[in-house]
Amino acid sequence: MFFFHLGRYVLLLKSVFSKPENYRVYWREIVREMDTIGIGSLGIVCIISVFLGAVTTVQTAFQLVSAIIPLEVIGMITRDSTILELSPTITMLVLAGRVGSSISSQIGTMRVTEQIDALEIMGVNSSGFLILPKLIAALTMIPLLIIISMFLSILGGYVAGSLSGALSPSEYVAGLLRDWNPFIVTVALIKTALFAFIMTTVSAYQGFYTSGGALEVGKSSTKAVVYSCILILCADYIVAQLLL
Amino acid sequence: MIEVKNLYKSFDNKQVLKDISAVFKPGVTNLIIGGSGSGKTTLIKCMVGLHEVDSGEILYDGRNFSQLSFKERIPVRKEIGMLFQNSALYDSMTVEQNIMFPLNMFSDMSLSEKKDRVNFCLKRVNLENVNKLAPAELSGGMKKRVGIARAIAMQPEYLFCDEPNSGLDPKTSIVIDNLIREITEEYGITTVVNTHDMNSVMEIGEHIIFLHKGEKWWEGSNKEIRLTDNREVNEFVFASKFSREANR
Repeated sequence: MFFFHLGRYVLLLKSVFSKPENYRVYWREIVREMDTIGIGSLGIVCIISVFLGAVTTVQTAFQLVSAIIPLEVIGMITRDSTILELSPTITMLVLAGRVGSSISSQIGTMRVTEQIDALEIMGVNSSGFLILPKLIAALTMIPLLIIISMFLSILGGYVAGSLSGALSPSEYVAGLLRDWNPFIVTVALIKTALFAFIMTTVSAYQGFYTSGGALEVGKSSTKAVVYSCILILCADYIVAQLLL
Repeated sequence: MIEVKNLYKSFDNKQVLKDISAVFKPGVTNLIIGGSGSGKTTLIKCMVGLHEVDSGEILYDGRNFSQLSFKERIPVRKEIGMLFQNSALYDSMTVEQNIMFPLNMFSDMSLSEKKDRVNFCLKRVNLENVNKLAPAELSGGMKKRVGIARAIAMQPEYLFCDEPNSGLDPKTSIVIDNLIREITEEYGITTVVNTHDMNSVMEIGEHIIFLHKGEKWWEGSNKEIRLTDNREVNEFVFASKFSREANR
């Protein structure tokens, strides 16, 4: 069963990357998807990011009670945790729920209402037309969202640290600048691109092979979120093991 | 003209179509009728390439469609228009965008030419001032008419209609039936309609194929179907007490 799905997933990807019938129509779809995936997710990403940074700072300050460790270390830990792990991974898990389920249910509904059949009868490569614009939009917009998330998380930590009195703003900023290794941003963006690819293609796969009715569309949507989350966490571990 | 030769199709070892052969001529409304589960939809889906056949041939004016690859089928597909049971209009697009979609994809027309073509197709199906409406804002009959408008936008040679009357009241059904017949005669296209609506059979059935348990059981016209002594055809056509009494 696993190899059946893996083989079908690979074949679907092959058809997704075939030559578009009309670049202008695809470009319009890409812009529309960029708006849906990128701008549409901006609000939730901002809210999550601020709280991720704030909670990380407060909890680190709570656990790091030592006379020999300077308080600026809290800022450093918040920076590295949010950039390397929390912003890319937690935000992607949330996006898997928001964007992944939307992709799966949209394509699944098109399948059960014969809209995909209508595309195929016209001679349109349905998988390419439906999935490629979403994939390109996700691969361009999600890294941007994650960069915004990194900044907002650090800002959230700054605000929470200052308001709680756990550390002063100057100590937090000093922590942010201490032992700065830009490579962690590269790792975070590699992870993000990989997670975006997994989320989009897995969700699209679940939607594309939906059969039945509304109940099956719901099941596909649930499977899309569950499988995307599991695969994102597996990929997170593999990338960490390989690059760090 | 579409020719189907010795077509077989099965799903999970269940034979759905057995040795179907038929010729569908242009300018004539060809009907595929039969009870639920008789294989009508499977036949039409095999003919348009949504299902691959186990064996047999489907010839579009001599071109063996079933033997062609996905890319080789594209020129044939551009000559096919299809009206789906639930219209299958794209939810995310307006009526105008739905009809313009195949033109955007495959034609070199300018925007004004495309808009003219959309308006022409809408007028042909007796719909006006609906260009900016979403499919969700249309009634069942209007959706079918937009579906027909989209199907004829690329000036197809072949028109397939899957259950065009399902979910429609008898009066609207007749409007849709007449529209299909008029378009078929006007453009001289090969039209294949899959239905189990007896009003359609009697109204537009110039050439009828009756499927029973996946086999071609009977072939004739709407005039001949009333007089046939084929038991299965009679049970299907005159299923209701009213129709039996009306035929006496």
